[in-house]
Amino acid sequence: MSAFGKQSNPQLNSHGELNHLLTIEGLPREILTRILDTAAPFTEVAEREVKKVPLLRGKSVFNLFFENSTRTRTTFEIAAKRLSADVINLNINTSSANKGETLLDTADNLAAMQADMFVVRHASSGAPYLIAQHMAATGRDHIHVVNAGDGRHAHPTQGLLDMYTIRHYKQDFTNLTVAIVGDVLHSRVARSQIHALLTLGVPEVRVIAPKTLLPTGIEQLGVRVFNDMREGLRGVDVVMMLRLQNERMQGALLPSTQEYFKSYGLTPEKLALAKPDAIVMHPGPMNRGVEIDSAVADGGQAVILPQVTFGIAVRMAVMAMLAGN
Amino acid sequence: MQLPDAEALCAALAEAMRPHVDPAATALVGIHTGGVWVAERLHAALGLKIPSGSIDVSFYRDDYHQRGLHANAKTSQIPFDVDAAHIVIVDDVLHTGRTIRAAMNELFDYGRPGRIDLAVLTDRGGRELPIGPNFCPHSLSLAATQVLALERADDGGLSFRLIDK
Repeated sequence: MSAFGKQSNPQLNSHGELNHLLTIEGLPREILTRILDTAAPFTEVAEREVKKVPLLRGKSVFNLFFENSTRTRTTFEIAAKRLSADVINLNINTSSANKGETLLDTADNLAAMQADMFVVRHASSGAPYLIAQHMAATGRDHIHVVNAGDGRHAHPTQGLLDMYTIRHYKQDFTNLTVAIVGDVLHSRVARSQIHALLTLGVPEVRVIAPKTLLPTGIEQLGVRVFNDMREGLRGVDVVMMLRLQNERMQGALLPSTQEYFKSYGLTPEKLALAKPDAIVMHPGPMNRGVEIDSAVADGGQAVILPQVTFGIAVRMAVMAMLAGN
Repeated sequence: MQLPDAEALCAALAEAMRPHVDPAATALVGIHTGGVWVAERLHAALGLKIPSGSIDVSFYRDDYHQRGLHANAKTSQIPFDVDAAHIVIVDDVLHTGRTIRAAMNELFDYGRPGRIDLAVLTDRGGRELPIGPNFCPHSLSLAATQVLALERADDGGLSFRLIDK
């Protein structure tokens, strides 16, 4: 029996409101849509002379990064600061964990410092869930947990900012064909994207990758699998590229990055098979010349930098919703 | 209870403001949602040149920690330079004054206005802050359990509705 008791979804409180954001899987469409709707007015805050709203004034947000990240940590930090929170960044891989402190001891210590929210990035799947469960079990479920990427499991705010970007350019999800291309096997981003796209009603989600970079049984999520990129890109509205995660690869999954680029790199010639108004997305950091050609990355169909900007507004929306629930 | 005629109040409010606005220099800021509708009427009636702004105070409300983030927050838009401007905040109904406080706090994040006035269609009483309207053609007294809401019909006509909580 979990510390979350009878609740069917550990992310929701007894009123069905979002209390933690751990994964997109299992969240109803209404909550995803509400996050996207709430993010829209936050985009305007960046245009003001004072780029701040007072919602999280007096609250302490701890960025707990057990794994390196520049973009995600920075955008969470900016988002929390624009909400007027006090932000404390901890890069744990250079800190107490190296001295032997356990994950939950670290969380307990920070909770004793009056933390209101933990933003957690961890190499192990389930680490943010473990912290949320521990807080609930010890009567501290007023402390909110946001998953900023755990192992191969989920990266929900990336999935949500991708959905925000798609909606910004395409308005409606229910007439789209979306292709996710690349290293799906190691990608928590791909899992969050797939769950979000299907929940929001995208009728056709394609996954394009070599067999060695696909998790077994991926079709069961409700996606169409293509091993041939040219075939998979035909007629799509959105191309979501994934980073080739060389650092997570064990053994010989690929002959070489040159070979990979030849078959799965997004070049102008391959992109021409998609719809003429297709957009190209990438969660970053990009490996130019590996999964994406510079001509595409810097081209007119790329919306990679807007993704970063929208990411701040989406993270503001998530944090403001959690802290108010 | 006889509810006031919202259309007649819009016209009366515009006449009350007319001697005090400079069409080339006065800017309106409507508060979502009813205040934005009223600001549209006033802008046309007074022949103002500066495009009106709109404010949704969801990010500045003082009950966020009790009630959470408002579900349908709209985007605030201030399409003019706030610094030194003469701004009239426009709302449909003045009640506790908390929305007006939030709107003023938000406005100051865009700059330092030269002067802010407040225009409302009606004052229903129940103030909790030292805030009063500069332009207000009507007042009535309602119980704390009652909400006076402005509504807009498909043809654009404005009318009041009384809701019992």
